Order: sequence, then structure tokens, then C-alpha cells
Amino acid sequence: MKQTLIQMEHTATRIRKDIITMLEHAKSGHSAGPLGLADIFTALYFSILNIDPKNPDWADRDVLFLSNGHTVPVQYAAMAEAGFFDKEELLTLRQTGSRLQGHPERERLPGMESTSGPLGSGLSQAAGYAYALQHIDNVKHRFVYVVMGDGELNEGNIWEAAMFAGKYKLSQLIGIIDRNNIQIDGNTEDVMPLEDLKGKWESFGWHVVEVDGHNIESIIDAASQGRAVTNRPTVIIAHTIPGKGVDFMEYDYKWHGMPPNADQAKEALQKLRTLDGKIAHEGAGV
Amino acid sequence: MSYPLDPDFMTDAMKAEPTRAGFGRGLKAAGEADERVVALCADLTESTQMHLFRDTFPTRFIEVGVAEQNLVTVASGMARAGKIPFTSSYASFSPGRNWEQIRTTISLNNQPVKIIGSHAGIYTGKDGATHQMLEDIALMRVLPNMVVIAPGDSIEAEKATRAIATNGMPSYLRLAREKTPVFSTEDSPFEIGKAYVLREGADLALLGTGTMTAKLMEVAEHLSKKHKLEVSVVHVPTIKPLDSETILSIAKKTGRIVTAEEAQIAGGFGGGIAELLTESLPMPLLRLGMKDRFGESGDPAELFPLFELDAPSMTKAIVEWAKTAHRYHQ
Repeated sequence: MKQTLIQMEHTATRIRKDIITMLEHAKSGHSAGPLGLADIFTALYFSILNIDPKNPDWADRDVLFLSNGHTVPVQYAAMAEAGFFDKEELLTLRQTGSRLQGHPERERLPGMESTSGPLGSGLSQAAGYAYALQHIDNVKHRFVYVVMGDGELNEGNIWEAAMFAGKYKLSQLIGIIDRNNIQIDGNTEDVMPLEDLKGKWESFGWHVVEVDGHNIESIIDAASQGRAVTNRPTVIIAHTIPGKGVDFMEYDYKWHGMPPNADQAKEALQKLRTLDGKIAHEGAGV
Repeated sequence: MSYPLDPDFMTDAMKAEPTRAGFGRGLKAAGEADERVVALCADLTESTQMHLFRDTFPTRFIEVGVAEQNLVTVASGMARAGKIPFTSSYASFSPGRNWEQIRTTISLNNQPVKIIGSHAGIYTGKDGATHQMLEDIALMRVLPNMVVIAPGDSIEAEKATRAIATNGMPSYLRLAREKTPVFSTEDSPFEIGKAYVLREGADLALLGTGTMTAKLMEVAEHLSKKHKLEVSVVHVPTIKPLDSETILSIAKKTGRIVTAEEAQIAGGFGGGIAELLTESLPMPLLRLGMKDRFGESGDPAELFPLFELDAPSMTKAIVEWAKTAHRYHQ
């Protein structure tokens, strides 16, 4: 299950290839977010999370909520890599009857902790879970992670949850923000400015770590730090490049909600082959 | 008659209590019966009667603050962690403000979170239209997986609270602020999904949900004594799933139906009965309730006549309607 850094870099590239293949086959879905999150999901599923793919409801597991449900192709690809289900199933994404819905549904797919899509609700759910562990059941060895997009930080529900987690010092809660600076209508700072993002979270009582979201080692270190901070919740602001790994998609908000066509997918897969094992060395820069 | 009525009901000694008080007792009892029961409130703990639970189980009570979206989504996460969360606020705010979060993270996600909407309907009184939630029945009964209950009195509210604690499903409980008549007894039956015939008469059937059932019993008396109409009264606390068997059976016997609710008839309880009858047994139907208008401030004793939902106004409307609404015969 757990992989070395070099193994994880290869895994992340395979996940990116699967994302491209799935989206092209589905002819529908979001490209930029899932590609940008590939290194984070690799770090989660192959190092950070204490889980058992053959026993998804294992009572001692760590819990991962996906708040920005539209990026779920990256989670499906990571789950298939980890052995939750066979890779062939990835090609059923968004098809009628598939367990791999366009936005994730808990009841359809074992291992999926919640149903999401409408933005801004994942942090609250993770906080509720963490509260139950920490303040009701007194379970110390389990942690609750939640991946959020930066665009969804426009939602008021996020800040209600941030206040709640701060008040109750939910130290077993670790948020990860995909800070890729894009949302549907453009760049985040043009649509609705988020900065000073670190200062905002700190003022809500959170421990904040900023990392290069393409440096798997940094992501793992940040999560370790989050688990070590025992008097506050932790949020990891992971700076990522939307569309990471496919140069014609990188940084371009137009790829937020668009799948590649056949030619674009072919080109993308070619480019990804040349990147095999090099992701960490490129870095997104903090 | 299998449904025992309180002997003091419709006498000078009639008992009255807010349904929310019954909820408060029921929640404490549910908490005693199952340690998975937790309670979350959005800064309205005493008002929604959660303080009984809070004082008994302080570690299982969670103050969320004035944040109804967070209220229900935190509860969804707690349900995933194995808890049975009860959330309470005013119905205008929950499910009024946080309906999408309920839809996605509770209803579609199918988590057994309990949404308690207090201060629903006209009995909210002087706070006015913003706080008199009239659209909650319509909002909640369209959600798949969701159970919708409007208890008739405080005794039934207590039973309904205990029942939703063990049904394993997303559930909505509609409560009133002011005291309302107590017509049931500890021995009266309550089961989710069941309607109860309180009075039998062949001329027509009155179907009430929530606090309107007590008023319909008064209406039935007026109709019998002053207008020679012998009517059935059916109490329908569970709006979803509807007890279609009981309702259609009484509809067959009486041939015409009146519904009453202190909510919008559009999409509300009357809307649900209209759907059932239209598809299964089309017959004359009169829906009494709020007709495409908001409420306003005032004492409920004055507001019900203003909205023509007091017993004399409803009696008058039913008598007029019955003149031209001919009984359906199969």
C-alpha cells in the first residue's frame, strides 16, 4: 500500500494518464482540477491515509472527504490504483448505471465517505466527523482529511465550518486547499479575492502550512505536521498548477470544466509520458 | 373507535402545550435509549427545547452558533461517524436557508440526520411573515429518502421524536411555537407512515396534519350540530410517506375530501393529497391552508380567522363547497 517517493511519482503520472483517458472517454467532466490534484491524491492514498482498500469501512481508518466533488476523477483514479476497484471500471465514468458518477455518491461506491458536488459543504462534514472522534468517542488515532478547492472558499458554509473547527480545536481535522488560483469565471483574485488566505485561516484559529502541491514529500510532511499539532485544526494550502502535466491546459481556467477531445487526449498522454517520474523536481513554487 | 382521545379535549378543561415541548422530552428520552443520539443547535437551544437534552448529556450536545448551513452539514459528518444527529432551529432557517445542504449531504447522501423545524406555521404568531414558515412541507416532501412528520400535539411530538431516532432515515419534524390543544393520550397510537381515523361520518372526510387536526375536530362538531353534515376526521401526522391505504379507504367511503394545514397548500399537505387522489381516486377536493400569500404579525387567535383557518371560517367554507361538490361514487 504505502509507496516510496519514487514509486509515488510514477503513480501520480499514471493517475494523470487515467484522468485524461477517463475524461476523453466520458466526453464530459473537469480537466484542470483533477490533473492539478494528482500529486496530492497520490500522497493521500499511498502515504498519508491509514486505510484498507479491501475493507473500505474499516473501523480504524482515516477518513477523507472530497468537498469539491467535480474533481472526483482524480479520486476515482487514485482509488483504482490503490485497489478499491479494477481500473477497467474507470472507463464507466459518467455513464448510465456507473458507480463512478459525475460527482461522487457515497452509497454507490464503497470507500467514498460522502456525496458532494454543490460546493462548500465538505469542511463541515469533516469537522462533524472529527468532533465525534475527538469530543464524543475519545478516539485519538484516527484523522479526518478534507480536500477543498480554492474557488469554493467563496462559499459562506466554509467559513461557518472554519469558525466551528477553530472553536472546538479540532486537531484531528486536516484540511487541504487546492490553491490553483482558477475558478469557472476566471482567476480567483479577479472573481472574488481570497488573499490574505493564510491570514484568514490563522485568524479563525487554524494552524496553516503552505506547500508546493506538486512536491509529494512536502505534502506528506505537511500532513505529519498537521497530525502533530494537538491544539488546533490544520489547513494545508497546497499551491498547484491547474492542468498540471499537460502544458496546453496548465494555468488556463478555460480547462476547468472541459474534457479533452480525442486529439487533445492523444497529445496530453504523449506529454505525460515524457514527464514520468519528474513531477517533484519541477515544482510549482510557493 | 380505536383512537383514544384525551377526555378533556374540546371541554373547558382542554389541555394545551406547544409541540416543541413534546420534542424536548422525546429527545431526552431518545438520548437515554441510545447513546448514539447527539443534538446540535444553532443558537436557539431553549427556544427549540433542546436544553433538556443538553443538561442531561452535555458532551453529546453541540452548539453550532447562528449557522444553519453548518448545522446540518456538521450533522451529516457526525452521522457518517455513526451518530444519530438531531438538529434544531426555526423552520424558516432550517430547512429554509439550508435546503441544498440537506438535499445533498443528508437526503441524497442518505444519512439519518433529523431536521427539527420549530416555529413553523401560523402559531409562530407575532414574529411575523419572516418567521412563520409556510413552505417547509413543500420543500421537504419532494426530497427522496426524507420522512416528513407534522405531529398533532405535544404528546404525539414526543412519540414522533422517539420514532425518528430509530428509523435510520433522514427525517423532518415540523413543530409549532405556541400552545396547541392536546387531543391524544399516551395510549394513542403513533407509527411513522400511519394516518388515524379520529371520527367517522359518511358525508365527507376532513384530513388534517399537524396542529390543524384539533381544529378539524371542532369543525366536525359544527358541521354535525349546525349543518347536518356527518364527517370523518383523519389525522395524518406523516406527510411522507403518506398512508395512502387509510386515506383512499376513507375517501372511498365518503366520496369527497377536505384537507387542512397551516402551510402553503401549493406543494404542501393538500398538494400531496391532491396528487394521491388525482392518480388513484379522483374526487372533489377542497384544500384549506395558506393560499399563495405570506403570514403577518399578530396573535394566533386573531391570525387564524384572518387567514380563514379558524374553525368557524373553515366550517363556512366547507358548507359552501359541499353544496356543489358532489360525492364521488364508484
